[in-house]
Amino acid sequence: MAVFGFILRRSAQSLIAVIGLLVLVFFLSRLTGDPAYLYLPLDSSEAQRQAFSEAHGFNDPLYVQFGRYLLGVANLDFGTALSRNRPAMEVALEAFPQTLKLAAIAMSLALTLAIVVGSLAAAKPDSLFDRIASTASLAGASAPDFWVAIVAILVFSVGLGLLPTSGTGTPLHWIMPIFVLTLRPFGLLVQVVRGTMISALASPYVKTARAKGVQRSQIIFRHALRNSLLPVITVAGDLAASLVNGAVVVESIFGWPGIGKLMIDAIIRRDFALIQATVLITAIAIFVLNILIDLLYARLDPRIRFQAK
Amino acid sequence: MTIPADTKQKAAGRFQVLRLVARNKLALAAVMFLMLVVLCAIFGPWLMGNLIDKPNFRARNMAPFSLAQGWAYVLGADTLGRSLLARLIVGAQNTLGIALFAVFFSMVIGGFLGLIAGYSRGLLSSVILRVADIVMSFPSLLLALIVLFSLGPSVTNLIIVLAVTRIPIYLRTTRAEVLEVRERMFVSAAMALGAGHMRIVFRHIAPIVLPTLVTIGAIDFATVVLAESSLSFLGLGIQAPEFTWGAMVATGRGYLSNAWWIAFWPGLAILLTTLSLNILSNWWRTYADPQQRWRIELARSKKGIPEKRT
Repeated sequence: MAVFGFILRRSAQSLIAVIGLLVLVFFLSRLTGDPAYLYLPLDSSEAQRQAFSEAHGFNDPLYVQFGRYLLGVANLDFGTALSRNRPAMEVALEAFPQTLKLAAIAMSLALTLAIVVGSLAAAKPDSLFDRIASTASLAGASAPDFWVAIVAILVFSVGLGLLPTSGTGTPLHWIMPIFVLTLRPFGLLVQVVRGTMISALASPYVKTARAKGVQRSQIIFRHALRNSLLPVITVAGDLAASLVNGAVVVESIFGWPGIGKLMIDAIIRRDFALIQATVLITAIAIFVLNILIDLLYARLDPRIRFQAK
Repeated sequence: MTIPADTKQKAAGRFQVLRLVARNKLALAAVMFLMLVVLCAIFGPWLMGNLIDKPNFRARNMAPFSLAQGWAYVLGADTLGRSLLARLIVGAQNTLGIALFAVFFSMVIGGFLGLIAGYSRGLLSSVILRVADIVMSFPSLLLALIVLFSLGPSVTNLIIVLAVTRIPIYLRTTRAEVLEVRERMFVSAAMALGAGHMRIVFRHIAPIVLPTLVTIGAIDFATVVLAESSLSFLGLGIQAPEFTWGAMVATGRGYLSNAWWIAFWPGLAILLTTLSLNILSNWWRTYADPQQRWRIELARSKKGIPEKRT
């Protein structure tokens, strides 16, 4: 079974990457300073700080702490989130679905819109629609997301009073975060779709189809689009990781209780266990996604085989 | 005269590129805007440096488009009454400078590692590739946040972090090209003549890979500007009293309801800069693609697409 071998091999590679990342994050986060100064009141005595560090094991040499952490991970114990006094993994797993929902909606929206707009633009290069679509997509890809978020708040919350500025309660709360998060992947994907569609539409099989008298819409959406989807999916997969970047910014502006906001809070509050848990979850999610994309790729293009290399 | 015969032709070619840019209104606007920004970055601190930290309490939170306090306040003023126009012009230097250094270092280091990874097929090359994979598969902003928070935010660290997250792109491109170039005849010839590895890599292979790297660097510049702005916006990038456009947006974020202009202008400056860069790199991609170049070279006729020239 080539597919299982492939999944196994990729998982092993990803595991190494995840471990590398965890080592990096573990030692980097210890460089940030002593949590005792952050978690105890300012006027606490040196003895109290010592006791605090002792209780949480921050006084041991780093390699001892790391060994203890690895042992914990092997037993599915990811430590306690100091800032919340709860198991770190529990907190991270609570926040993760919030980001996942946001990212999934934004990505499917961006893909669908980009495929439609990009194909229509490529169907008539240099037409008015193409020029508007190209410029708009370039603007979408170039816009700093934090600024778009702020301008959106300015217009729709402060100015018009239509949408809430932050929180999650109603469907209205979803509109601005999703819009901001969709913008950049949409802009980048339109360009990819347009580029590959233009070259696909110039290919011999499209000429044949046209000579046979196949309808124009059918040529675009059935013949050319199917062949242009592969590069689009590759780029969409690469964008997934950068979607997390966007999520960090969007979540911190709109007060969205997702993994990005959690991570920033954890970094700022020197909550080591929570930083590690959030990084671990994000990394695993991205690696799983990459494997899924590779599988999808092979499914769409039968020429691609899972070579044992 | 020792001027080579083809100089005239080359100059004509360069002139032709400019003429073709001028024909596309969007590309021309992008070039002009970028030139303006670069001029601001070079001369801004010298021209307006004394205005950026001079509080003017009569101009506190002054609304834009008013000349009541002089032309320096035409874009309004922040909560301390500092001229936003002056801060924008001076901020261009840090914004562009940080991105420039980051792109330069990632290009040099990524190119160097790529040369090694492509030329030697040993353990070292697979270790380099694995590490690049890890860096690339993880969201760059998160990595940067963690690193910046551990090392402490400073301009140097900001440049290092931005460079590190972009290195894999140059590394992979260089490696892919080296893998192809090293099989070419002139490399075998150099080898047969007894050239050492260092000489082959740096004298024979590197010059061929360099133009590709520079092109990628130019395209990547916009991404790095955005990344730096995001980091500075989140408060882990540049620290006061130094500032970039991203940090200016962060300052204005708290005053959205009563002084929108503090956050609006710097963000618009970022948008216009990255947009101009992307327009130009898009234009360049069409120009450099022999199959699409005719779109640019032929003047646009009134009836849409001109006939394809063969």
